[in-house]
Amino acid sequence: MLRFLQTLDRRWIFLLMLLAVGVPIVLQLRFPESITPNTLAAFAEIEKLEPGSRVLLSFDFDPASAGEIAPMATSFTYHAAKRGARLYFMALLPVGPQMAEDTIAKVIARDFPEMRYGVDFVNLGYKSGLEAVIKVIATDLRQMFTTDARGAGIESIPMMAGVRSVQDMDLVVSVSAGYPGVKEWVQYAKTPFPDRISMIAGVTGVQAPPLLPYVPVQLPGLVAAIKGAAEYEALLADAYGLQAEPRYQEGRRRMGSQLVGHVLMILLIITGNVVYFLTRRQERQREARR
Amino acid sequence: MRRTIPLFITTAAGVVLVVAYFVPWMSALGETVSTWFNILAAIAFILGGGNLMKMNLRKISDRVPGWGYSVVTLVAFVVTLAVGLAKVGVNPLPEYPSYAWSGEFNEQGSAFWWIYEYTWKPLTATMFAMLAFYVASAAFRAFRAKNIEATLLLGTAFLILLGRTYAGVWLTSWLPEDSPLRIELLSEFVMETFTTTGTRAIMIGVALGVVATSLRILLGVDRSHLGSGRN
Repeated sequence: MLRFLQTLDRRWIFLLMLLAVGVPIVLQLRFPESITPNTLAAFAEIEKLEPGSRVLLSFDFDPASAGEIAPMATSFTYHAAKRGARLYFMALLPVGPQMAEDTIAKVIARDFPEMRYGVDFVNLGYKSGLEAVIKVIATDLRQMFTTDARGAGIESIPMMAGVRSVQDMDLVVSVSAGYPGVKEWVQYAKTPFPDRISMIAGVTGVQAPPLLPYVPVQLPGLVAAIKGAAEYEALLADAYGLQAEPRYQEGRRRMGSQLVGHVLMILLIITGNVVYFLTRRQERQREARR
Repeated sequence: MRRTIPLFITTAAGVVLVVAYFVPWMSALGETVSTWFNILAAIAFILGGGNLMKMNLRKISDRVPGWGYSVVTLVAFVVTLAVGLAKVGVNPLPEYPSYAWSGEFNEQGSAFWWIYEYTWKPLTATMFAMLAFYVASAAFRAFRAKNIEATLLLGTAFLILLGRTYAGVWLTSWLPEDSPLRIELLSEFVMETFTTTGTRAIMIGVALGVVATSLRILLGVDRSHLGSGRN
């Protein structure tokens, strides 16, 4: 057995991981979610929006991280739309506008057909310049965004009336998978205007620890990784009765895979260590015999 | 002169941005400098495209090992750029039916959309997803409790791995709900106390380093961003 484990072909490990993430999805394993304070705080920030509030959703992620981030982007969009907010989508990554369009098609087009483009929601698109874009729009949005993602002039979009900068938004929601993203939003928008800009964020698991020092002063709410997305979905399901809608249960669906995947990882680490120490003992015994 | 002018621009732009942060009436000037940066960043895309062509054409020309990948890169780049710029398969907007190019380049059903939806999106998602397999393999072969530090690290990893799933809740469900020994609460404690403290210390250290490096660049002491000057 020890010999087998010492020379284990890594393709067996790949197969185990495939089963660990695949089987729970096929079997649709679901587990209850214990809600963390950071997710609850993010939910509360959107929950307190009044109808007609302005919400800026910065979709700073791409298809590579969409598996982890898209469920929370979907939930944020649904929640804000349900609260009757006007939604302003933008992106700091070139493919961000496409992510926004995907979410608009998935959420607004299907569940809020009464929302009109340019009146209730708009996709402002992508602008190059990384954090410099945030720095400029924090004081003058129109200097960067002269048109929306569809090429329509900003002046011709009804819901842009009265919007001069990010400070005119009631809430900024940054959904990001790296640089530029939440950290840059905190540094260049929230920190210079702490009383005029409110923001929450949704991020990948690896991005969450470096952002924890910003909680709760700069970031009152932080939804982290697929676990955070699942928690948000659970809150949303309880508040708005979405239990039966698979589109709003993607995070919870993926938590089954995460559970089995994590347990497999722990078992692999333990097995690897047992093999390591047994091998070392064998080597010592061999040397002692010499 | 080739180094003096860029150095002057760097110093002037940097000083304006620093001063504008503290002096409200200079904020408009700071915004202008930021806008210049954004324009330069947009132009950098063209330079990036040119550089990609140059590097890969050189690899193909020199027949370096793996030059076939450069062919794939160049073909993908040129085809995507061409179908996007030419708006292949895009329908005119209903309000401008006589203008063939009035539609959006990424309209659903267009060639560009097809490349994005059925090539780029699954490929990038697959690349990211493959990490799980390599991490699993590394977990078996590399994570060893060789000393106290490594053992502490492994113990914390187990706690976080379990605490981020229902497994953690289930394993200590026999404890009272507010017991600090419950794995999900322990995992939160580790994240909020140890991780946040450590991260904050690193952030302060990095920020001080950034200030020092920025000052060196602004004062012209560090000129590495101007290149070696050989080209």
